[in-house]
Amino acid sequence: MSGKRRFRLDGKWVDSVLTTVAAIFLALFIGAVLIALSNEDVVDSMGYFFVYPWDFFSRSFDVVGQSYGKLISASLGSGDALANTLNRSAPLICAGLGVSLAFRSGLFNIGAQGQIILGTLAASYVGFTWDLPGPILLLASVAAGILAGAFWGAIAGFLKAVAGAHEVISTIMLNQVAALGVLAYALSEMKAFQKPGDTLGLPQSPPVPDKAAFPELFGVHLGVVLALVAAAIVWWLLNRSTLGFELRSVGSNPEASRTAGMSTAKVFILTMAIAGALSGLAACMFINGDQASNNESLVGSVGFDAITVALLGRGTPLGSVLAGFLFGALAVGGGAMQTTDAGTAPEVVQVIQSLIVLFVAAPAAVRWLVRQRRKEPTSTFAAKGVTP
Amino acid sequence: MSAPADAPVAATAPTRPVRDRADKLRQLKLVVTFGLVTALVLWMALSIDDPNVLYLNAPLPDKDHQPEAFNGLRLVWIALVICAAALVAAVANVIPRNAWSAVIFGAVGLAFYMAFTIWYYADQTGVVESWIVNPLPSTLKYCPPLVLGALAGVICERAGVINIAIEAQLLMGAFFGWVIAAMAYSNGAGLVAAALAGVVVALVLGLFSLRYHVDQVVVGVVLIALALGLTTFLKGQIPTPEENKDLSTLLSDSPDPLAPIEIPGLSSIPVIGRALFNQSILVYIALLAPFVVWFLLYQTRWGLRVRAVGEHPKAADTVGIRVNRVRWQAITLGGALAGLGGAFFTVGSSTTFNDNASNGQGFMALAAVIMGRWHPVGATMAALFFALTAAMKDDFGLVTKVPSQLIAVAPYLATLIAVAGFVGRVRPPAADGEPYVKD
Repeated sequence: MSGKRRFRLDGKWVDSVLTTVAAIFLALFIGAVLIALSNEDVVDSMGYFFVYPWDFFSRSFDVVGQSYGKLISASLGSGDALANTLNRSAPLICAGLGVSLAFRSGLFNIGAQGQIILGTLAASYVGFTWDLPGPILLLASVAAGILAGAFWGAIAGFLKAVAGAHEVISTIMLNQVAALGVLAYALSEMKAFQKPGDTLGLPQSPPVPDKAAFPELFGVHLGVVLALVAAAIVWWLLNRSTLGFELRSVGSNPEASRTAGMSTAKVFILTMAIAGALSGLAACMFINGDQASNNESLVGSVGFDAITVALLGRGTPLGSVLAGFLFGALAVGGGAMQTTDAGTAPEVVQVIQSLIVLFVAAPAAVRWLVRQRRKEPTSTFAAKGVTP
Repeated sequence: MSAPADAPVAATAPTRPVRDRADKLRQLKLVVTFGLVTALVLWMALSIDDPNVLYLNAPLPDKDHQPEAFNGLRLVWIALVICAAALVAAVANVIPRNAWSAVIFGAVGLAFYMAFTIWYYADQTGVVESWIVNPLPSTLKYCPPLVLGALAGVICERAGVINIAIEAQLLMGAFFGWVIAAMAYSNGAGLVAAALAGVVVALVLGLFSLRYHVDQVVVGVVLIALALGLTTFLKGQIPTPEENKDLSTLLSDSPDPLAPIEIPGLSSIPVIGRALFNQSILVYIALLAPFVVWFLLYQTRWGLRVRAVGEHPKAADTVGIRVNRVRWQAITLGGALAGLGGAFFTVGSSTTFNDNASNGQGFMALAAVIMGRWHPVGATMAALFFALTAAMKDDFGLVTKVPSQLIAVAPYLATLIAVAGFVGRVRPPAADGEPYVKD
């Protein structure tokens, strides 16, 4: 996929959109089958399917309709719902951008998780210990989060550039060190990270004060804007800057780039530092955006979801934004499905998410499944040479 | 250097081997690393006040086995000698570049581990003194998912198919192993089901990567997410006793986890006996599998074909090897191994399935594949090293001389240092990750 991409309605572009839409519907269809089969009423009606098949279909439609109706209304249906979705999307977009950027330079950055964890620690530490006036404290806290993420990412880039350490190994190890070492140590040994008067339950830190939180407008916090700005910057960086040119060049052929006089070492270190900075910004969405307490499970699996966001976004900034938004909406709506009469488990959403990515990556498979045979297009994925 | 001294140096110069920058850098790294290790061991030896530490030659004390005190300082000095010898060898630049270097690293690592353990347990201030236990039995107990997962990765990647999905295979193996073991009330059936679940993941990987030429990294990552979502979802669908009494009781009544099988005689060998010959069937499989995989890959015609399609599929095709058929066979075998490894989390060690039971062990196995340079023996060694992590977490928990988090991350830090300093640039199989399309 070329970096320069004009939105002309030529065949390839339409094809790509059609494949994506078909993939989403196919994934939703499989999700619907799971939802129906997990419902007791539906399973009961299967017992007399051959006597009275209509019951089975009507109940299935009912259950799936309820669930997907709730999925959409809870994520997009109202102003509040949309605000929720946007807030939930912001960390996914930022971390997804970081993974995308690394993909474009041929690096497989599994380390978003560790980078986010470091970011949350730094942002929250500055947020609740430094005594600064409001906006400056917010700025300092966000900067600390970004710098910590960049630092953690740069370690992997540095080890790759200087010693040839494989980034898959080093990022996996750095994730473990961040979670089991730095985070666990901060929560259990450092006074600053222990919420006063909270001795029972999981160790957790206090949330940052209100003056270190992102201002909100209609329930949407400033972080969402920052995520979009970050996407624009990444687009500019990739497509309009010298570093971006070098980055893509190293990604498509490191040997040739080196022969042409580029420093692959510089590209690896800078790419991983910027990717880490983006993950650090994602961390600020939790700390300064949601004003969440730092604990063992705050980050959850966002670092891993970021990889799927980057894959669905095909390594482009716009793609990451759209994919992050889609996954944010699915996460918000998926949680709400449990509250319907159908009581659908939210884990269905994770299955749907992964199926979407799988089908988008396999246009040939989608065509085969929807019985629409055409000539197979070329590979859909940007990051060539990603060999862990 | 003064002028007269120049002459003898010049005279001996031609007999010296030519040394490039990389060689000097390697020597520097070795001297620094071994120097630091030696200094640390020396410091530990000097800082121990009371040389007596307790050692227990059994998992738990009973009337035959009580913790016994012994002079640990002597062992620390031995460790120091080993480390110092390695340091001298590094200074003299006589450390070989072949497999013997791995032996030297292993010896220094073990010596350091021994010295650290004794230092850690010496001079305790607590009311009840903790004792050292042999780390080998629990290391091997925890090894099946790591070793079998790493071997699965090796087989797939040697055939040219990147297998990120080891984590997915472990997870699916764990879940379906548990379900079938409970339904059939048989651990054997559970193990078979686990292997089959791993195969199913491998078949999906093959369908998308070999047939539809989807980027293999993408398929792998997606399969992990899919396996995590699917197993969590299915676990949530298990009915409560009020909803469906039969199914719920059936699944809550799992057979006991695999019991250790003691091999009489051999299991009483000191130090290694209990570790090697009193384990569950899964551990025996994991210990035999590296040899089997090595034999398959390096001593059989099939193995030669696997390696050929992984390095140069076109050449293999030219001489009549069916590239994709060999790749299908390799990933199927890999899937079965990894699925079996996943059974450890349920059939092998517990009667229930916890969400995300594999908890990142598949990624550790992936790291072991790369650290072991895509060789079954190397990958197994790396996997065993990671298994020591789990064992250390179990064994070192009672004393708090060092923050427990430092112990928890020590293996990962050691891996980072090893990868950055000594494993260096690794070379995957040439055609790894590239779908083969006939022209």
